Amino acid sequence: MSVFSFIIGVVMVGLAIFAIEAKKLLTSVIMLSAMSLLSVILFVIMKAPDVAITEASVGAGLTTAIFLLSLRKLKRADAE
Amino acid sequence: MKRIISALIALLFFFMIVTALNSDSSDSMGIPRYGEVKLSERVSAKYIEKSVNGNEDEINFGVTVDAETGSANMVTSIVVNYRSFDTLGEVTVLFISATGVGLLLGGGRKRIGSVISVSPVVKTASRVIAPLLMVLGIYVFAHGHLTPGGGFPGGAIIAAGFLLLVVVDDEKRASKGLKILEGTMGLLYVFIGIAGLLISGSFLSNFLPTGVVGELFSAGIIPVVYSIIGLKVGAELSGIVDDFISEGGDEV
Amino acid sequence: MIQYFSMMLVAVGLYGLLSQKNLVKLIISLNIAEIGVNLFIVSIGYVEGGAAPILSSVSDNSSLLFVDPLPQALVLTSIVIGVGVTALALSLIVSVSKSRNTIDITELSSGGGDSE
Repeated sequence: MSVFSFIIGVVMVGLAIFAIEAKKLLTSVIMLSAMSLLSVILFVIMKAPDVAITEASVGAGLTTAIFLLSLRKLKRADAE
Repeated sequence: MKRIISALIALLFFFMIVTALNSDSSDSMGIPRYGEVKLSERVSAKYIEKSVNGNEDEINFGVTVDAETGSANMVTSIVVNYRSFDTLGEVTVLFISATGVGLLLGGGRKRIGSVISVSPVVKTASRVIAPLLMVLGIYVFAHGHLTPGGGFPGGAIIAAGFLLLVVVDDEKRASKGLKILEGTMGLLYVFIGIAGLLISGSFLSNFLPTGVVGELFSAGIIPVVYSIIGLKVGAELSGIVDDFISEGGDEV
Repeated sequence: MIQYFSMMLVAVGLYGLLSQKNLVKLIISLNIAEIGVNLFIVSIGYVEGGAAPILSSVSDNSSLLFVDPLPQALVLTSIVIGVGVTALALSLIVSVSKSRNTIDITELSSGGGDSE
């Protein structure tokens, strides 16, 4: 269990650094969504099922959708 | 240059926290080690005791009648019953943010068109899947006192079903009904609190009888409040998605 | 171990807040820091060998050791408020970009004042 959480922790920190230094905004948003999903695994390891369901549906589902829709509106405002 | 300074500040912060986590101080200024928490020194011991042992004797699943909260999920009994005022504050914060989004972005009649043309297979399939998603969301918040979940993820799943319908189809809009539903559910939550004040003397107290632990109609006021919260959060997040999709409001 | 990684995430989010110029990247860094803080708060309540805090009919409830349910209730609230703040911040960014045509904080802070 400890090796598993170590690997997931390293991948999460790597994704976070990659999300900040990426050139395109779309890449950063997808990395944020992947980080939310990996944090759900950590919540289940720490025996917190309520928090895991809430983070999975709210963080990885709706936050990503709102980011993508607003990126679309920003491109539209840029192109006019 | 700016990056190097900010990286140094972030590293300094990380080293300060690591020093605090590693300190062996036995007084309560340090954070306890991971996993070695003595629960008997915390308030949570009282909450767990009330859920597992009841007032005098043990609570058995499916047998005990009239426990104090009657819910099998301890986190639910804390969120809705013991600290229900904080949940009222959270519902208010969500309402303020949804109102802000509606003020800044809403009111448009047109919709942003989709980039790719959606084939009829996708349209028909999403019309079948989206009601199933909404039923799943209703299941999650109705059983909030028996299984993990509750009002907030149930509302988010309902909003995800709504998002699927709106992205694929070009005609469906429902913004006015959603805002009315959201406001009504918020008022209903406050009215239940006032009813608790009038009946038992304290705001948001549990005044319905708590039945057998483990059945659907049990735990007094908890499934009612979670259903209200689930519908409210679902309508709110759907309204936010709807505002982000619409376009053409009055220019500032 | 999870506590160190969650604090590393907060530090990475802090670095992003200090060094980025794009407004949307600032909101993404704020979300990264929020994920780190939520993980840390849940990890404070973990008891070694404990069970998830739900009573069920298949386990003997009086002799089990449960994990702490109070930080989990706190993090439930915090996640939902994070979504609300993100939605409002993104709508503000869209509105700013419509009226000023840029989302770069250096251009916004130094080139302003002549559109009044």
